[in-house]
Formats: sequence, C-alpha cells, structure tokens
Amino acid sequence: MKLAATIVLASLLIAAGIVVSPLIATEIPVSERKSGYAFMAPETKAMQDDETTNPGMLWVLDGEKLWKRKQGSADKACADCHGDASSSMKGVAARYPAYDKSVGRPVNLEQRINLCRVRHQESDPLPYEKHDLLALTAFVAEQSHGMPVAPDPAPELEPFVAKGRDFFMHRQGQLNLGCTNCHDDNWDKHLAGSAVTQAMANGYPMYRLEWQTLGSLQRRLRNCINGMRAQNFNFGAPELVELELYLMSRARGMPVETPAVRP
Amino acid sequence: MASALINVPKKAKNGDVIEIKTLMSHIMETGYRHTTSGEVVPRDIITSFSCRFEGEEVFRADLFPATAANPFFSFFTVATRSGKFDFEWIGDNGFSETASASITVE
Repeated sequence: MKLAATIVLASLLIAAGIVVSPLIATEIPVSERKSGYAFMAPETKAMQDDETTNPGMLWVLDGEKLWKRKQGSADKACADCHGDASSSMKGVAARYPAYDKSVGRPVNLEQRINLCRVRHQESDPLPYEKHDLLALTAFVAEQSHGMPVAPDPAPELEPFVAKGRDFFMHRQGQLNLGCTNCHDDNWDKHLAGSAVTQAMANGYPMYRLEWQTLGSLQRRLRNCINGMRAQNFNFGAPELVELELYLMSRARGMPVETPAVRP
Repeated sequence: MASALINVPKKAKNGDVIEIKTLMSHIMETGYRHTTSGEVVPRDIITSFSCRFEGEEVFRADLFPATAANPFFSFFTVATRSGKFDFEWIGDNGFSETASASITVE
C-alpha cells in the first residue's frame, strides 16, 4: 500500500516535471554556453581579431575624440571628470546594465552616458543609434575588452532580471515564439542559412556585416522582436533594458568582445 | 567624422615584401535605394583610393557602388628604402581624406 502511494506520487512528480520543464529546464547549461564568435566563419573571426580590419575600431577611434571634447553649458568633457578612460572605464561595460539609485531602475551603458551628459555636462542626451552615442559607447565598452562579463550584483536588480527572463521565456507575437524557442532550444541549428546562436550579449555595440554599420544590443533585440512579429518597443524602453540585464546574466564570465564583428 | 585605420610595418629589411592594410570609414550609399516615400537616396561613395611612396604611386583602386561600407584594402609592396606612404581617398560630395605612415628600412 505504501509502495503504491510512492509510485503514484513519483508519477505525479514526473508528470509535473514534464509540464514545467519547457519553461524552466531549457536554459543552456553553463558548460555549453558560447559566444556568437564561436559560430562564425574563420574569415569573420579574423576580421574581428585584427584591430586594423575590425570596422568597429573606427567608432572606437571617434569615441576617443568625443571623450575629450568639451560639451554642454558646463563646458566639460568626459575626460575632465573621468580622466584616462583606459583606467577609469576598465570593467565598466562588463557589469552594465547597472542599478541607478536616483531613477530606481537599471540603466544600460547608452543611458548612463546620456544621464552623465544631462547631469554633469548640462547638455542634451544623444539620440539612440546615431553615430556619436554609438561611438562613445563603443569607446567606453572597448576599455573592458577581454574582461569577463560580471553583472552588477545590486540586490535591487533581481526583480528586473526576473522580468527580463520572463520576457525571454514568454511566447508572443503572430508567430507565437519566445526568445527561448530559438536561443535555448535550437541554438545549434540554422535559420535561413544563418547560425541561430545562443543570444549572448558580450560584444555590443557590434559591427554587423548585414547592417554595414555599428549597432547597439537594443537594435538587435528590436530586429528579433520584429522577426517574431510581436509588439516592439522604442529604444531605451524599460522592457528592453530588463531583457539586456537577463542576457548579460546568461553571458556571465564570457570575455567582452566589444567591438565584436558578426555576419 | 571620418577616420582611417592604417597598418604599415614600422620596420622592414631591404627587399622585404610588406603588407599594407587600410580601413576608411564611409557609408558607401549605392544610389540604388529608395526611401519609404519613393525618393532615390543619392549616391555617396568613395570613388578612388591611392597609395604613394615618396610621391611615387604604388597602389590605386577605383571603387563602385557594390563596394561595402567602410572599405578595407590590403596590398603588398617591396620595401627598398625608408620613407613615407601617403594615402588618399576621394569620393562623392567632395569627400577627400588623407593619411600617412612612415617606414624604416634597414
């Protein structure tokens, strides 16, 4: 009798496991996680690795000029407060998005740069996805090149990471797909000839050959959301920052590749 | 804000074959695309690139609308004496950029 009860209980647990597993058990085990770099052709890898063939370095160079340029009514350059970026900005991109106490939310690197512009340079925020913001972000992020992704440990961030994860796992849009359906369940396959990959965000802003330019992680996210034919978000939307947070937690420990090159 | 990346070896031995690599930032708009309202996006490309060593041309290329954005060139020459390489990119809308790099030949 006792044995029968155990069997019933066990089968119930198995049944419950089957129901729950598509949501919880599909995250890629840490040992199998790899950067988008691992999926690239040798030619594209070579292009990223050599500083004189990596077109992303053009934005890094421009960003260095902008770092030193005086801006706004305060007539201050980034360098006037932060000094030499190679020491002051080292490791910063590896932990972003980070928690900002005054706004009570996570902010990504672009938003941090713009907050700095408004608060300290007394200037206007730079528009998203335009040359100057991409260049400054690339320059700041490049200072963390090769360092492991190490997300901000602030406990206030936990609910935001959870929201981002929720977004990643939920089916949405006309195609009724969640990010997880491709990037957890089918990352080793191809979609229209291109590698699906694991959605590791360790190289942004990055140069995509398809874009013929440098682009932010949010540009990539908006592309994917469009592809699912789901309701999209504007650049800088809280939902996208939360998703960035979750993606960085997936990429924990991977080297920052900014400026990465992708096909 | 155009910028260029140039890679010329700083030193070489007389007679060495050296590789020169250049990357120039440019959108390379083909002139074949249209806006959502149907207007043609005007062509804006680099049309020529040249490299001179101490005034003597060692490499030249003409570029056309099929060239990707931020054109990259890699070419070889023989190092015979120390001197300066001058690079020049010329394009639509008065685009004109130059850069230079020196080499010491032992």
